[in-house]
Amino acid sequence: MPDFNRNHFELFGLPPAFALDRAALERAYRDIQSEIHPDRFAHAGEAEQRLAMQWTARVNEAYQTLRQPFERARYLLELHGVHALDDKHTAMPADFLLKQIEWREQLQQAKADRDFTFLQRLESETLAEAERLERQLQALLDERRDYAAAAETLRKYRFIDKLLSDIGEAMTELDIP
Amino acid sequence: MALLQIAEPGRATAPHEHRLAVGIDLGTTNSLVATVRNGIAVVLNDEHGRPLLPSVVRYHKGGGVSVGYEAQAQASTDPHNTIVSVKRFMGRGLKDLVDAATMPYQFVDAPGMVQIKTVAGVKSPVEVSAEILKVLKARAELALGGELIGAVITVPAYFDDAQRQATKDAARLAGLNVLRLLNEPTAAAIAYGLDNASEGIYAVYDLGGGTFDISILRLSKGVFEVLATNGDSALGGDDFDRRIYCWMLEQAGLHTVGDNDKALLMSKAREAKEALSEHPQVRITAVLTSGELIDLTLTEQTFNDITESLVAKTLLPCRKALRDAGLKPADVKGVVMVGGSTRIPRIQAAVGEFFGQTPLTNLDPDKVVALGAAMQANVLAGNKGQDDWLLLDVVPLSLGIETMGGLTEKIIPRNSTIPLARAQEFTTYKDGQTAMAIHVVQGERELASDCRSLARFELRGIPPMVAGAARVRVTFQVDADGLLSVTAREMSTGVQAHIEVKPSYGLTEEEVKRMLQDSYVHARDDMAARMLAEAKVDGQRLLEATRNALDQDGEALLTPAEREGIVSLMQALETALAADNLKAIKQATEALNQGTVEFAARRMDASVKRALTGHRLEEIDV
Repeated sequence: MPDFNRNHFELFGLPPAFALDRAALERAYRDIQSEIHPDRFAHAGEAEQRLAMQWTARVNEAYQTLRQPFERARYLLELHGVHALDDKHTAMPADFLLKQIEWREQLQQAKADRDFTFLQRLESETLAEAERLERQLQALLDERRDYAAAAETLRKYRFIDKLLSDIGEAMTELDIP
Repeated sequence: MALLQIAEPGRATAPHEHRLAVGIDLGTTNSLVATVRNGIAVVLNDEHGRPLLPSVVRYHKGGGVSVGYEAQAQASTDPHNTIVSVKRFMGRGLKDLVDAATMPYQFVDAPGMVQIKTVAGVKSPVEVSAEILKVLKARAELALGGELIGAVITVPAYFDDAQRQATKDAARLAGLNVLRLLNEPTAAAIAYGLDNASEGIYAVYDLGGGTFDISILRLSKGVFEVLATNGDSALGGDDFDRRIYCWMLEQAGLHTVGDNDKALLMSKAREAKEALSEHPQVRITAVLTSGELIDLTLTEQTFNDITESLVAKTLLPCRKALRDAGLKPADVKGVVMVGGSTRIPRIQAAVGEFFGQTPLTNLDPDKVVALGAAMQANVLAGNKGQDDWLLLDVVPLSLGIETMGGLTEKIIPRNSTIPLARAQEFTTYKDGQTAMAIHVVQGERELASDCRSLARFELRGIPPMVAGAARVRVTFQVDADGLLSVTAREMSTGVQAHIEVKPSYGLTEEEVKRMLQDSYVHARDDMAARMLAEAKVDGQRLLEATRNALDQDGEALLTPAEREGIVSLMQALETALAADNLKAIKQATEALNQGTVEFAARRMDASVKRALTGHRLEEIDV
């Protein structure tokens, strides 16, 4: 049974690192759910049911956080006392912002032109950048333990993450599977 | 995959230990109730052996209600008081109903949810749905020989919070204990027995009468994990009917028709659509109240052309769901087809093409949802052990609050596994601000005004502080039914303000109580008097219809002896009506019904002939 005081990694018996054994996370998640899900307590007392609900909510939250690279990195930084996305950190390097603006303009153009091929190219370009930032996050968080630098990378990663999801949205809106 | 595979053998509990629970598929067009008997899920039929209950409710003058086939039969003669497809109105305001103008109902725009004016008073969609549920509850209790401990009620996966809450309210109003609201595609996945038969990624394509869902599930070691769901809660078979209806009007050169004709033509359209699943073309004939005859031939090709955009409209959610799941069509191992509308050949072809495989259609698409719900009800009622499957479902649409500038701040993103709780902190933006308005919304759009408004409330009693110093923690909690509750609390001082909201669209506790009381009072009034009133209305309607028919075609189509025979049957019914004798009225009504069967057939034949030749009736020999 999970302990409310454990952090998300401990909950699933995983090392507190950005590098993740996805299969191990999914296995642990399913195993825990099988024990604590409210459906398992459908004919139990009210208190037990409420507890099952709270625990399941807690486990779901932990799972959602760890399975997504962006949320996982943010959570890891918080465990180390770094709040990477505070309002005081709004300044970004100019060249990075220019590149963002360029990509955003390309996305708008491709949407207007309904150019699926271009969207695919933009997606793979952005995906490559996302993967580069993920490797950087892994190095900074797991090896160098440079949390200030990791926080800066995470802020960049946030832009890319949002861009990727917007490209995806644009691609699904076009009438091509 | 046979159902037998998922039924656990030899687990039948003794009758006195078995807790009676059912699964109910509360559909747009038809509803069903199913239960698990001796370890096997079965649909419970009505006394005539029919599994489906048409989701049609007719309100009679004086308070009677008929539900199902009987109500459906009267939809075109009493369209204003016969509510079809009420599911489309659940949790919806008048402005949400884009085609309200084409429906025969007198809508009343009530706060939160539209209501309908009938001869029996103004009815909420929740009350109308409760009438359907009451019939199913009675059917189940009769068949199972005892009171139900509860029911699992299915809802479209893409139903938002307002629609779910309305469904739960309807069940409570019908006196049902809701064990769980279960998403229809998920219920279908269970019934297909995928847990035992297969592991891997499955898609459930569920096109019902008024709603469309696509769910992507991963099945692994008895765990059904919904990875993503998408859909359109206002797209279904009804829309295909409406396309045929519009095509009929266009072909017939009609611009508008009365409500009775509209109901008639809509039912003709539905019949034509169903026939096209079996035949390459179908003939549609109908006689309007004006006497005008509609006689058209609809080919499958034409049908496909006029409904192509509807088919395409279902593929966009498929793409979105796959993307949200991070998958491609090729990753999907099987596509389960659910809902009567998936019988349409063009839909099967389009879905097959999209996923690159032949969809699975080996279980009755009308029953599969109710069967799955029954299995889950059986588990939740405590009739099974711990070694069963587990369902992990998701919230279909993002939940958030409106922030400064009217933007949506998402607190729970779509496709998050439920149950779930998540908190986010907000702050004051003015010095000395002591209250904060919180507007809860659901949807994917960036502007809060484009999302569905679920609740508004105000957190008061925040101690005066400089702007940005207060810390207001807003907690969203979504339970296993997919229902949301929201709490807000000021954290930065010892003084805590705390408020819990129930979303504003549903019925209040008082409203539900009042409705329940009304229905009890109703049940107590004289049953015989109600039956008599209903019988009289039916008898009078038949008299009037026969009189009109005689006036129009009596001379041309009947011999004097035949005419006299009908007239004497009419007189007998009139006498019975005047005597207020229930048994006599019923017998006389039935006799007149039987006595006019041949006449009605001739009238239809004559109408067809007249239309074919362009001649008037008098010129045709009979």
